[in-house]
Amino acid sequence: MIAEIGHFALVLALAVGILQSALPLWGVRRNDHTLMRLAPTLAGVMFVAMGIAFACLLSVHALSDFSTQNVFRNSHSTMPLVFRLSAAWGNHEGSMVLWTFTLALFAALLSAFSSRLPVDLKAATLAVQGLIATTFLLFILLTSNPFLRLDPAPAEGRELNPVLQDIGLALHPPLLYIGYVGFSLAYSFAVAALVTGRIDAGWARAVRPWVLIAWIFLTLGIALGSYWAYYELGWGGWWFWDPVENASLMPWLAGTALFHSIIVMEKRNAMRVWTLLLAILAFSLSLMGTFLVRSGILTSVHAFAVDPARGIVILVILSLFIGGALALYAWRAGELGPGGLFSPLSREAALLLNNLLLATATATVFVGTLYPLALEAFSDDKISVGPPYFNLTFGVLMVPLMLCMPFGPMLAWKRGDLLAAAERLLAAAGLALVAAAISAWLTQGGPLLALAGFALGTFVIAGAVSDIILRARLLTSSPRTALSRLAGLPRQAFGTLLGHAGIGVFLIGVVSASTFESETIRTLRVGETMSVGGYELRLVASGPRSGANYQDVVAGFDVRREGISLGHVESAKRVYLASRVPTTETGQLRIGFGQLYVALGEVGKDGKVGVRAYWKPNILLIWFGLVMAAAGGLCSLSDRRLRIGAPAAARRAIAPAVTAQ
Amino acid sequence: MSRKQRRLSLIVFVGIVLASATGLVLVALQDSIVFFNSPSDILARPPAPDQRLRLGGLVVEGSIERLPGEIVRFTVSDGTNTRQVSYVGVLPDLFREGQGVITEGRLQPDGMFKADTVLAKHDETYMPREVAEALKRQGVWQGDKSKPLPVSPGKPGS
Repeated sequence: MIAEIGHFALVLALAVGILQSALPLWGVRRNDHTLMRLAPTLAGVMFVAMGIAFACLLSVHALSDFSTQNVFRNSHSTMPLVFRLSAAWGNHEGSMVLWTFTLALFAALLSAFSSRLPVDLKAATLAVQGLIATTFLLFILLTSNPFLRLDPAPAEGRELNPVLQDIGLALHPPLLYIGYVGFSLAYSFAVAALVTGRIDAGWARAVRPWVLIAWIFLTLGIALGSYWAYYELGWGGWWFWDPVENASLMPWLAGTALFHSIIVMEKRNAMRVWTLLLAILAFSLSLMGTFLVRSGILTSVHAFAVDPARGIVILVILSLFIGGALALYAWRAGELGPGGLFSPLSREAALLLNNLLLATATATVFVGTLYPLALEAFSDDKISVGPPYFNLTFGVLMVPLMLCMPFGPMLAWKRGDLLAAAERLLAAAGLALVAAAISAWLTQGGPLLALAGFALGTFVIAGAVSDIILRARLLTSSPRTALSRLAGLPRQAFGTLLGHAGIGVFLIGVVSASTFESETIRTLRVGETMSVGGYELRLVASGPRSGANYQDVVAGFDVRREGISLGHVESAKRVYLASRVPTTETGQLRIGFGQLYVALGEVGKDGKVGVRAYWKPNILLIWFGLVMAAAGGLCSLSDRRLRIGAPAAARRAIAPAVTAQ
Repeated sequence: MSRKQRRLSLIVFVGIVLASATGLVLVALQDSIVFFNSPSDILARPPAPDQRLRLGGLVVEGSIERLPGEIVRFTVSDGTNTRQVSYVGVLPDLFREGQGVITEGRLQPDGMFKADTVLAKHDETYMPREVAEALKRQGVWQGDKSKPLPVSPGKPGS
């Protein structure tokens, strides 16, 4: 019964979606306010319908109703509740429902929190949002319905793919989807701006929070996915330049460029046409990301669902939304008129450079990811583009970006002074040199490139900190005034600090983990010792252990360095009972920001255990830096300016005073 | 500067960045493209020495041997031809006899394929697409082994 309610809710949502995409737009065209005001109501109804559908999906999974095909294929009654729930979105059909639910959620949030938006812009935005939802609902109902029944009902399910039975991957898709779908609002806003011709600082202010929300979640989603791949796949790598990872990186890069260019538009009314294009591209890349993972178009370590039959439909949807928006853009963007002027040395120009480098980096990732596909379509050659390509192209583009990062906030709007900015960054540059010297001494003359990387990372962090110090004049005034000035700085300033410093921390983590990691592979018996990166690992015990729906062979190690005990680490080979699929459960011991990483290989009958151990110095900084950057986004989001629409607020403040007279 | 001059200098600057990025992409692509081959492909078109390539196929039953020093040797087959592969390290969880595998590395002068990467995919029923197509070309593809499911549209009241 629950599955039928869910199915019905999807059909209902489809009907609402058709109304939501048609009526408000008709209203905008005829300037009919009644029709336009229908948009928020319809978005609300859509949200309720999708909420019911998603809740039904969750409950058939929670109740292990194996008469539902989707549950039978992806769940098993012995799985713990959290994984029975995450199984609901750990497959193609369910993930599409989650996607559309998130879409409806964003539209409902927009309806609720945008009372100051011009009514026609709001109606058009919600209509585009409705159009996306309608398309996805058609796709779900026609090709990927999660509520199909099985008759007769099987007694037991097939189990969720064991590598997905992990808390990291239970949370990864929702975070990523909130990120992807969040950009849908930027897209809808951009299309609505092209339709209504309303494109100004107010538009930028309305869009910016949504872009930031999407970016924060996308950052967290990518970080979590990367950490999951690191500990679950057992290779010890944290980024593989795998097509599916690239698919999430591209919207992230475009989104990063977008929230920077929106600042220019909001403050200076410049770069308007470019910002619109970026908003369209960010969501187009998100759409591609969603579909590349799920369609089986790309062969990848992450390709869980493989069904090329859906490929055609997906291609049609992609070209409809991307092509449609770009065509509208080509037609209307020319009529928007010129934006504000700025000198080549100004905050605007710095942000333009940021956009140029980020967009180019996105393009290089795009080429590397899709070139194998294109080549295979036109010739018979099957190729893969490996990490060296991405490291070279992407890496080279990131160096100037990070070098310029500290300069941006130091330059004034409209006309900046590069020399003054450089002078303010002298301390940061000095610190960077000191950091390079210290790391050269610590690593006894490490590779020059790594030292340069440390210096760059330190420069970015120190540059971000000195911006705050100089703005609050912390060093030249009494502590009390300095503190009150610090408290008086807009939250946005701290957002920039955390965001930029987070990227610096990330870089330092990447450089140390990739340059100074050490690896040892050994076969050990109980009592034997191996050493990796100066640490000694002694195998103290190995044996079987049972879990809820799996059987482990666990090996325990004592870790010492120069005779001092540092702790205990366990690693396991796991076999899931229902599907008999083996997985590697790696063990990590944190030492400082580094990790000792232990993965098991073959466990022989004679008690010999194959062990692969890594010492990964500072690797945790990689994810710590990303979380810092996301926190920076959150900080900016809480800025007063974004919470309160300034022009409207001023009018309201005057209004009561007038009536009081 | 006038608006026109500014726009022109901007376009020139953007052009320079894009051109250098394009150059970079082309150079990088030249060096880091890896072609997929089946054992028959290697025989038909022997790769240049020191060229990195991917070799894929089925792991022949009973061919896995383990040598001291964590060296593993196994034979990869596409149904017509085979190629012996040697690999140092721990194999992925889903690496098994009779299953599809993709390895990446270089062909040695003695004919052994020395792999530094072995990919066996997550899903047990999943066959790497390249391997499946290579098997189809050799005429030994046995179709999707996973059974089709009985599907009925949702029935009310169940």
